[in-house]
Amino acid sequence: MNAVVTVLGKDKVGIIAGISRILSQANVNILDITQTTMQDLFTMTMLTDMTDANIAFSELSDSLEAAGRDMGLYVKIQHEDIFNTMHRI
Amino acid sequence: MLTEYEILETYKMIHEENLDVRTITMGISLRECCDANGDSCRRKIYDKIMKSAQDLVKVGRDIEKEYGVPIINKRVSVTPLALVAESCGDEDYVEFAKTLDKAANELGIDFIGGFSALVHKGYTPGDRRLISSIPEALATTKKVCSSVNVATTKAGINMDAVSQMGDVVKSAAELTAGTGGMACAKLVVFANAPEDNPFMAGAFHGIGEPDCQINVGISGPGVVKCALEKVKGADFSTVAEVIKKTAFKITRMGQLVAQEASKRLNVPFGIVDLSLAPTPAVGDSVAYILEEMGLEKCGTHGTIAALALLNDAVKKGGIMASSQVGGLSGAFIPVSEDAGMIDAVQKGALSIEKLEAMTCVCSVGLDMIVVPGDTTADTISAIIADEMAIGMVNNKTTAVRIIPAPGKVAGDVVEFGGLLGTGPVMSLNRFASSDFIRRGGRIPAPIISLRN
Repeated sequence: MNAVVTVLGKDKVGIIAGISRILSQANVNILDITQTTMQDLFTMTMLTDMTDANIAFSELSDSLEAAGRDMGLYVKIQHEDIFNTMHRI
Repeated sequence: MLTEYEILETYKMIHEENLDVRTITMGISLRECCDANGDSCRRKIYDKIMKSAQDLVKVGRDIEKEYGVPIINKRVSVTPLALVAESCGDEDYVEFAKTLDKAANELGIDFIGGFSALVHKGYTPGDRRLISSIPEALATTKKVCSSVNVATTKAGINMDAVSQMGDVVKSAAELTAGTGGMACAKLVVFANAPEDNPFMAGAFHGIGEPDCQINVGISGPGVVKCALEKVKGADFSTVAEVIKKTAFKITRMGQLVAQEASKRLNVPFGIVDLSLAPTPAVGDSVAYILEEMGLEKCGTHGTIAALALLNDAVKKGGIMASSQVGGLSGAFIPVSEDAGMIDAVQKGALSIEKLEAMTCVCSVGLDMIVVPGDTTADTISAIIADEMAIGMVNNKTTAVRIIPAPGKVAGDVVEFGGLLGTGPVMSLNRFASSDFIRRGGRIPAPIISLRN
């Protein structure tokens, strides 16, 4: 299953590193990354492959959200299908 | 590959514009629970509900977590209880309501609907017992919702039932005087009640439904309002297009949640209800959508045209997004649950007469209307009769959920809390309808009922 990680907040050093570390520890592969910074607002979306993940989805979601809070960012991981259903016919 | 714009659009809808799934409602048939002994009948009911819905809350939470979509309520609807309870000799059905409440509490669900009777053409003994148990049943339970269908386009209006429901509403309010007549917020009187409605207080599991199924109700007035902000001043074709596209996306989300829940619970998927359900949260209001179209205040001249456009466009967008739609499927206009409606009433823009007219072009009817505590049972019956006539003649669902708040007068405010919100007490026509209501009997079905 693929999941989308969304990160929003004030740009700073180490955002990608912080998030990627958690994903790599969970054995989650990053398939694609898009990021932009507009007027100091950092937005990043990552497409990840959860097939070989070594922890449960809810656990990964909790640790990403906690890491986000520590860095003052909003971080969310969601099943890819929520976007596919809303935006693709 | 998804674009960043699409991902962020979904993010905004959920986090800034209050998009959510209002409810996953599991409909459960209780027909196999009939028993000549009341206690065994209730035991069977309890066991069936507990067995069927044991994983409902957990599955709802899992889906919420994985897809990042808030699912506000998990609910259960059951076979109209009069049909099942009638099999036993009990004279009073309050114990049945307590059984439903107990199951709801233990499952951790938010509401259970189906303390109901269908009496549009007449009563059976079980219907009579159920209806007379309603006030106490609602006053002594927390999560049980009740509904009575008193009219259909095919059968006409059962005016004896309409008259009785005025008394039932009054006693339910008096038994819960301490909470502003809270019991009435859990009681709906229907014309043409749908059998697969996931929304409360009117949900029940109809007799034509399968043993168990999943119905989903969506919400998203905030998203529609925000989408319309981007086309300020554009003509109505553009407005309708924007609403359709937005409704499509909202409904697709509901469809996904419904299918996932159905798969994980191993229960067939029933329907997605296309109604736009508001919440008392600022920014999640149907009234604000109408105002965004250019009305200074909801309730002013033009409101019905705006609502008709909204209701139609939501259906057109939603119908393509879901494989099966049903339930009520129309914009909701519950006064106490919608910040914009509350404000419109308090500013004098929205009256009960305008709300009645609005129910001609949308579902569901006079919903969460608080009226003065000294309103007579006959006047409440007459309000119900008017609304039933609108439903019967227009071949659509209409309903009345009205709260005569004890001790309150027009202009007061009653606080219900949670999704039920805050109700401003509305003034009513001061002339009596008693002689009309006392006639009883049936108002015959209209000529449009003869379609064969």
